[in-house]
Amino acid sequence: MRTTLTEKFGEVAVVVFLWGFRILVVSVVVIGTILTIRAGKYTGAQWMDFVIFGIARGSIYALIALGYTMVYGILRMINFAHGEIFMSGAFSGYFLANSMSQSGFLDKNPVLAILLAILLGMAFSTGIALLVERIAYRPLRKAPRLVPLISAIGASFFLQYTFRGFFGPGIYAYPNIKVLTGEWNIFGVGILKMQVVVAVAAFIMMAVLYILVMRTKIGKAMRAVSESKDVAALMGIDVDRIIVATFAVGAAMAGAAGVLYALMFRQVNFFMGFVPGVKAFTAAVLGGIGNVPGAMVGGIVLGIFESVGPALFLDGLGIPRPYQLQDAIAFTMLVLVLLFRPSGILGERLTTKKA
Amino acid sequence: MKTQFRQTFGRAVKFGLIGGVVAIFLCLVGIVEIFGKRSLIEGLVSLGHIMLFLPLLATGYLTAKRASDQAQMGKTGLLLAGILSGLLSGGTLALFMLVGSLINIRAMFIHASPTLYDMLTFGRGMAAVWLIPLAGAILGAVGALFRLLPPRIQQPAMRGLLGILLVGLFAGLVRPLLIARPGWPEALGRYLFSETGLTQAGALIAFVVTSGVVVVWSSQGKTLQANISRWPRASRLALRWVFFGMAFVLALALPQFSGPFIAQVIVLISLNILMGLGLNITLGFAGLLDLGFVAFFAMGAYTVGLLTSYGEYGLAHLSFWAVIPIAIFVAFMVGAFLGLPVLGMRGDYLAIATLGFGEIVRLLAGSDFLGKWLGGPQGVIGIQKPCLGFLGPVLGVGFPRICHGWELSGPKEIYYLAVICAILVAFIATRLRDSRLGRAWMAIREDEDVAEALGVNLIQTKLLAYMLGASFAGLSGAIFGTLVGSIFASSMQLMVSINVVCLIIVGGMGSIPGVVVGAIALIGLPEAFREFSEYRFLFYGAALIAMMLAKPGGLWPSSIVQRELHLDEKTEPGPKNASTTSPSVK
Repeated sequence: MRTTLTEKFGEVAVVVFLWGFRILVVSVVVIGTILTIRAGKYTGAQWMDFVIFGIARGSIYALIALGYTMVYGILRMINFAHGEIFMSGAFSGYFLANSMSQSGFLDKNPVLAILLAILLGMAFSTGIALLVERIAYRPLRKAPRLVPLISAIGASFFLQYTFRGFFGPGIYAYPNIKVLTGEWNIFGVGILKMQVVVAVAAFIMMAVLYILVMRTKIGKAMRAVSESKDVAALMGIDVDRIIVATFAVGAAMAGAAGVLYALMFRQVNFFMGFVPGVKAFTAAVLGGIGNVPGAMVGGIVLGIFESVGPALFLDGLGIPRPYQLQDAIAFTMLVLVLLFRPSGILGERLTTKKA
Repeated sequence: MKTQFRQTFGRAVKFGLIGGVVAIFLCLVGIVEIFGKRSLIEGLVSLGHIMLFLPLLATGYLTAKRASDQAQMGKTGLLLAGILSGLLSGGTLALFMLVGSLINIRAMFIHASPTLYDMLTFGRGMAAVWLIPLAGAILGAVGALFRLLPPRIQQPAMRGLLGILLVGLFAGLVRPLLIARPGWPEALGRYLFSETGLTQAGALIAFVVTSGVVVVWSSQGKTLQANISRWPRASRLALRWVFFGMAFVLALALPQFSGPFIAQVIVLISLNILMGLGLNITLGFAGLLDLGFVAFFAMGAYTVGLLTSYGEYGLAHLSFWAVIPIAIFVAFMVGAFLGLPVLGMRGDYLAIATLGFGEIVRLLAGSDFLGKWLGGPQGVIGIQKPCLGFLGPVLGVGFPRICHGWELSGPKEIYYLAVICAILVAFIATRLRDSRLGRAWMAIREDEDVAEALGVNLIQTKLLAYMLGASFAGLSGAIFGTLVGSIFASSMQLMVSINVVCLIIVGGMGSIPGVVVGAIALIGLPEAFREFSEYRFLFYGAALIAMMLAKPGGLWPSSIVQRELHLDEKTEPGPKNASTTSPSVK
């Protein structure tokens, strides 16, 4: 095939531009880091704090991202309402925790109480997700790709404003759990107890999910369906049931994440699902969408970068109040990962038809 | 017979319970209460009652419809099934109220208020709770009876009732317009509308007029259409031009009698049409899903802001007309800048990367880092209004200048600017669609690899789709900036981008009239019902879902896409897989 000179020139220009872009961002990161470290504004303990906080928040992102990635793996669809599933878990957990705190149960048996709140959050989120799947997604199984996306956006608005209608636009403060306030002193570094508990709980959930997907029969069926629905159906797998199960498992993770998030930030609000939802989706793409371990890695990497990034990269460059740009760092990192490794950190390269 | 019987009544029970749950939902979410403040027909029924009765009525109707569609039931059977489902709906609601009166659920559900209970028991207190199942049974029967009516009566009656509902909903908008004009409009306004809704006479007129139109159209419409299609081509064209002319004159005169509010709504619709036409190029034609489209809108707005503002951050005080091409150019170039990195991405990776870009632009614009130039969270204020005439003094652009001539100072004047731009851009978009470039875009949308094999230059074509789409959005942002007079980073939310995507899909992918219809439906209607603003996103969400379930192709699908879909159906029988037949983004 003949290529004209202008086409050749265009291709070269694109390559030059892309490399310029990559070099620019990397040099900003490197120079910023060097300058920050040379300035020595932060102590080692502070860096440690950043990292722990990042892991705690990142593990919550990871839990939410699991739902995105599993649903995407099976249906190739962005479940836009997933952030609201997360929010509904936080809300139901709030009402239980609040009543338990008023009756004094929370202070007597904090572990049991938190467990109950998480379980209720998981159950409630699962219920909502199944309803959404039944009403808004299932009839659109065979529709073009953008149709379920719009339906999901609709479901997201609907859920948000349903909760607003039910519970009002205000912010509810989660009850304070006395056992989990304060710090633990590990190797001479104070670490907030809440963050440790949240991160550990999230890791346990992820381990359970990993075993479910990799070791059980239903997990095997899920992976089979995500490879190919038609072939899975030929092998005697009830595809609809597996899709429902996937939604349920993802929603349960999101519900638990909702309660954990609310425990950590101590407030719930009808709009709280939106930003973590977008971040978690970013995390899912970061790790390689459709890939379960990828979502976990992506979430934690995103959390750490978000909390360390502003101080490490931007402070040294003399940017005032770098924390305002925390989210910008998350999204820049996303764009970079997609530029350098379009299939995500752990993702296999999707064939063009799949992506 | 027996199984049919069981099926019908089983379905009646199911529908009845669903109807009851929906009614409870509407109560708890607060819709019934807040709509109860608005009457539909003065002294007869409030909008809140309509909201409450609608699910009960619908259960009866749907039960009867399903039963008569699927099972050959007698009329009494249908009626009984309708009554049963209505009774069950009402019963569920009554049960909920009993529970609500025993336990205080208001600590959780803020709308479970005494006002609500009052409304539900028709003001008679909890002792009258048995009225609700009764009302449910009656409504269920009415619904079922409605289904039993012959279609000749059923359709006009349904449309007539819908007519009352629509006129009643818009009463709050229309009434002030009429009242403000002394003479016959005021008298008409007072005759048709009450303070909060329709008068009884007004409702009757609305019903008669709508159902009359339906009756006439259903009997005469076909012959009329056939007659017109038999006309010679020239006179059909002339008829079309007459219609266009009338629409044009109406559009020209509209802001003069509609007042600034409606003018503002139309400006917003036009701005969204501009953005929609832009995204229609990237998404509708070329199939590149962009969830960060607001970035280009922001570029246009900030360019106008910085170059015309006489506030703190204004760099120069150029004329608005001089800045528009600059704004479009800036958006165009930023389109290239943001388009280049994502050239190689496909599908949802592209969506999320562009979403990231949109958010980065917003965060940067609102941060203190760029605050020195862009005003940060305080935004750019004091943007000059467009001036038709000369801006004096002519020389020197470093200080505020005064408009000698006609200043487009408010929404009533900017309306013309926005509408003209929308028409112009729609024209450009049509020409682009029919050009060689447009066909290349559609080839990419259908299959990138095949398009490349056929000699479409992917890089150039995709980039142009980004850049042209971006420039339309830049124009939209420029007009927005001058309309509002100030720009804040917080108005560049992800929501804006999502809205634009939604309006394209709702209107119909790749269809230019669809963009207009989508913008009117998704931007215009919610703006018009600002008094229920608390619930507009609830309805918006429900409407998006319902729309996708009922009409996934959009309100006004593009003829090309439609044709291709039909071809698909003919050539590929058997079960279809979404990824192989999808006419849209891959």
